[in-house]
Amino acid sequence: MSQSWFELIQQALGLLFSLDKDLWSIIWISFSVSLAALLITLIPSMLLGFVLAFKQFPGRHFVLNLVQTLQSIPTVVIGLLVYLLLTRMGPLGDLRWLFTQQGMILGQMLICAPVLIAMSQAAFTSADKRAWETALTLGASLPRAILMVSGELRGPLLLAVIAAFSRIVTEVGCSMMVGGNIEYVTRNIPTAIALETSKGDFAQAIALGLVLLFLAIIMNFALGNLRGKNQVRSH
Amino acid sequence: MFNTKHILGAALTATLLSITPVQAEEVIKLATTTSTENSGLLKELLPTFEAQSGYKVQVIATGTGKALALGRQGDVDLVMTHAPAAEAKFVEEGYGSEPRGIMENDFVVLGPKNDPAKIKGSASAEEAFGKIAAAGVPFISRGDDSGTHKKELKIWQAANVKPDFTGYTSVGQGMGKTLLMTNELQGYTLTDRGTYIAYKGKLDLDVDFEGGATLANPYQVILINSSKYPNLNHKGAKALSDWLISAEGQKMINDFKVQGEQLFKATYRQ
Repeated sequence: MSQSWFELIQQALGLLFSLDKDLWSIIWISFSVSLAALLITLIPSMLLGFVLAFKQFPGRHFVLNLVQTLQSIPTVVIGLLVYLLLTRMGPLGDLRWLFTQQGMILGQMLICAPVLIAMSQAAFTSADKRAWETALTLGASLPRAILMVSGELRGPLLLAVIAAFSRIVTEVGCSMMVGGNIEYVTRNIPTAIALETSKGDFAQAIALGLVLLFLAIIMNFALGNLRGKNQVRSH
Repeated sequence: MFNTKHILGAALTATLLSITPVQAEEVIKLATTTSTENSGLLKELLPTFEAQSGYKVQVIATGTGKALALGRQGDVDLVMTHAPAAEAKFVEEGYGSEPRGIMENDFVVLGPKNDPAKIKGSASAEEAFGKIAAAGVPFISRGDDSGTHKKELKIWQAANVKPDFTGYTSVGQGMGKTLLMTNELQGYTLTDRGTYIAYKGKLDLDVDFEGGATLANPYQVILINSSKYPNLNHKGAKALSDWLISAEGQKMINDFKVQGEQLFKATYRQ
């Protein structure tokens, strides 16, 4: 190593606190793209999770198993799928979405949807059905009743959201393939770390790594708190 | 008390100890650029060298910047790169020794078949780049500190253009990936001819500009300074460097063809 660890960390912190334009543009792209993907996917996924938990229909088991399986599919495979869809020769080639933020958002939606569906289904399954039935007999409209049940399950549902977000904000495979790591456009935290490391410039990679680490710590604390609240109480 | 864990551990340690000295003798770590690897040149040359010398060459293919960084850190035994200015600095700073020019190929400017920036027939690479910037069409830059990227930045400098115009797209990827992206976005890019020929069948692009002194691309092989890092395989590195400039090595470089085209011109002069 031509630089000591200490110097590198110092440089990394310097970049973060001096509001280095390139660095913060990368962080901004990472968060805006992943948040967009999460927000678009959130409501439909949770509704599907709700339906899977509360309704019996033919093929329900198949759908559930499929969603569970999709949760663990490698992101590069999703990346490949989206790439083939969006490439010039592909079925959606005319959209010209390959190597754009739209393409990245599409890929991340496919990655986070299974997590949201599976985890919200598990949350709704744990709900007390009587509350749901009572609300409906008291004349609450369907959306209101769903909202009410969701309110009861704030903790586990938020857990699902955090798990989904952390999965897409940290994944590199799909972002690299579909986004193409274009400076100021589709270069997000994970792809930038991959690039800076391959260039041998570690300061910026470390700075970005610290941002992800910090995010992971915050999310884990949030999750820890939520899990704590969901424990069985003995009184 | 003997338990299997201890015995296994001891056995493993013994095996490792017995392997290590042999390995250090036999393996040569070569850091090089994606262009020599992607084109298949090394796959052609190295087996012959390995058969003659008994060494095994491990190739680490990255951009020139990273290859030289690996040399600076003493992680490899020698480097083969194509960025004369960076290489001169590498030797000056005392990390590299015995730089030898072994071969050259050239760069070409690829672009869409209909050439929207009308660069065909330009007098120089600088003029072609100027037209691309003025037209505001996409130009896809590797942006990864590789030899090709450094060359591209030099041309922008010579053309008096700041590479931040609308359409300038810096992707931070290897040459092959960059070519595929250029094809998708139907823009222009600067590439070494080798990678272009290897990817030709996949691309809907033409060589819109080539030739001229600016686009020559010389490769050097450089040993790592033994006083900086005494524990590297210097003997093996020297043997490989010597073989590359031997009559046989130089002839094999000239004879190497991809899809019927000669890619590299052997250039070593005593």
